[in-house]
Amino acid sequence: MMKAPKMPQNFFLSTSIKLRRSSSQSVADSFSSFSPDDGSDLSLKDGSRVAVIGGGPAGSFFSFFLLKMADAIDLDLQVDIYEPRSFTLCGPAGCNHCGGIVSESLVQILAAEGINLPAKVVQRGIESYVVHMDVGSVSLESPAKESRIAALYRGNGPKTSEGLPGESFDGFLQDLAIEKGANVVRKLVTGVDWSDGRPCLRMSGGGSSTYDLVTVATGVNSNFLRLLGEPPTEIKLPKTTQTYICEFRSSQEEIQRILGDSMHVFLLDIPRLEFGAIIPKGEFATMVMLGDEIDQDLVQDFLDSPEVRRCFPTDVTPSVCSCSPLINMGGMKRPYADRLVLIGDSGVTRLYKDGIGAAFRTAKAAASTAVFQGVSQEAFRKNYWPACKAIDTDNAIGKVIFAFTTLFKHSRISRRAIYRMTGREQKRDGGRHMRAVLWNMFTGSAPYRDIFLRTLHPGFIVGLVWNLFLGLWPSTTRKKEA
Amino acid sequence: MGQGALGSVYKNGDVIVRQGELADCMYVVQSGEVEVVQATHGGEHRLAVLGVGDFFGEMAVFEKEVRSATVRAHGEARALKVDKRTLLRRIKEDPLLAVNLLQTMSQRIRDLNATVAALQGEDS
Repeated sequence: MMKAPKMPQNFFLSTSIKLRRSSSQSVADSFSSFSPDDGSDLSLKDGSRVAVIGGGPAGSFFSFFLLKMADAIDLDLQVDIYEPRSFTLCGPAGCNHCGGIVSESLVQILAAEGINLPAKVVQRGIESYVVHMDVGSVSLESPAKESRIAALYRGNGPKTSEGLPGESFDGFLQDLAIEKGANVVRKLVTGVDWSDGRPCLRMSGGGSSTYDLVTVATGVNSNFLRLLGEPPTEIKLPKTTQTYICEFRSSQEEIQRILGDSMHVFLLDIPRLEFGAIIPKGEFATMVMLGDEIDQDLVQDFLDSPEVRRCFPTDVTPSVCSCSPLINMGGMKRPYADRLVLIGDSGVTRLYKDGIGAAFRTAKAAASTAVFQGVSQEAFRKNYWPACKAIDTDNAIGKVIFAFTTLFKHSRISRRAIYRMTGREQKRDGGRHMRAVLWNMFTGSAPYRDIFLRTLHPGFIVGLVWNLFLGLWPSTTRKKEA
Repeated sequence: MGQGALGSVYKNGDVIVRQGELADCMYVVQSGEVEVVQATHGGEHRLAVLGVGDFFGEMAVFEKEVRSATVRAHGEARALKVDKRTLLRRIKEDPLLAVNLLQTMSQRIRDLNATVAALQGEDS
């Protein structure tokens, strides 16, 4: 039924990429020789050329906002997005290997920005989460009581989805960038040369082009990124871990019957598994597993667990597509240099959650820096890095929260306490301490700092301690509430 | 409407926001149309009809005042709620987000000026 996890086949760039340097001059030397104080003008002017390597959300958001802001101050820029894939293709050829959730907060912010996700792009509006544990399942409804979380496909859907309604999220964003004036170049970037301090991209099939700014938005599943991590660029690569994503296909009615409009998350006591989730998307359901180096054994343990089998019996639902992409587990310490900036997963992203939200934030911060403050390393340090640092700092708090979550997952008493407390809050229709913590943790809608502060609320602490005490005895009212 | 639509569905005539109520959110129209009406001593006056991508109720985000008008669905419509807290937090991190709202509010002031000028022309 399941295939062994393997690395994605369509890595953004081939392994043949080489960073060419002229004579003995290093790339780091090239960068350092263009500080704003040396007389060089590292700002974008009319006619400046910007290359964006990678046409996923980060690259398209960056291009969109760069051109929008430039237009606001009558600055004429040329933006080329290098993306060899077409997001009109189904399966791995047009996919960006992602669970495909746009968080509640990002949906709202995008709407305020004038970017409304059309129904043809959103496979399912998520109204609630169901948390499954061995002691029972609890349902968490959206505080707004409406569908504000978007389940979608980054590409044009998994294998076998040809002809079905729905469009790619990445394609939708790319179209927004094109409407603003960006050009999409369907070529593979195979290397970077530096000439007079300006980056010059080499393309597969020959040809090269010099730019005033190169923005790297390739994600972490890219050899291009590894290339930048090699000495002497001094750009340290982010830590990564392997995840697992799998698509199951059934009829739309069956998916609706089994999963409803809810995303299902699993808090299970399985070693190395942080959590797993199943997301309904039309005729498909996406299974996502996050943890420490997910391998085939772990996938099978998860699928065989009674909680998953009770919710989604995968042995009667065929798996049609799977991949094991890497995710960023620790941000870069310096995702920028003169005329070079790394955004989205390539630079800094949120721990486990809301990667698209982090792509949006870093892309917009990088774009505003480039337009208003320039493209020097110093400009990015002063104006772009704070946005990255805020995410990085929040991730440190997130690691503490996930450490506590792991402790709770390993104890049946504490799992009972979570189950009881959440259920009682729902019945009382009052205090939402545990429900709010779980909602924000699973949806990625709030910063980890907010979640942490909520756990310090006296109502949360008293409720948890009381339910831990009650948790010493098995619940007599155990039932599946989903 | 597709299963993928976001926000809430309102049937024709459903009130989305009501004049005089305290509120802590704004809305963005996702599909269909909504009409903005204001109750006056002489009855009800339609101020505008808004379509996809338009937002309303933004005054509640920036002021602690009651809703200045009622907004209801004009035919079936879908609107997405944007929380004041989420929006203001994000504006604090990224002030440029407010520019998009300011542009629309600026356009509304321009339209209002045109209406006032037209009314003054009628009076004179």
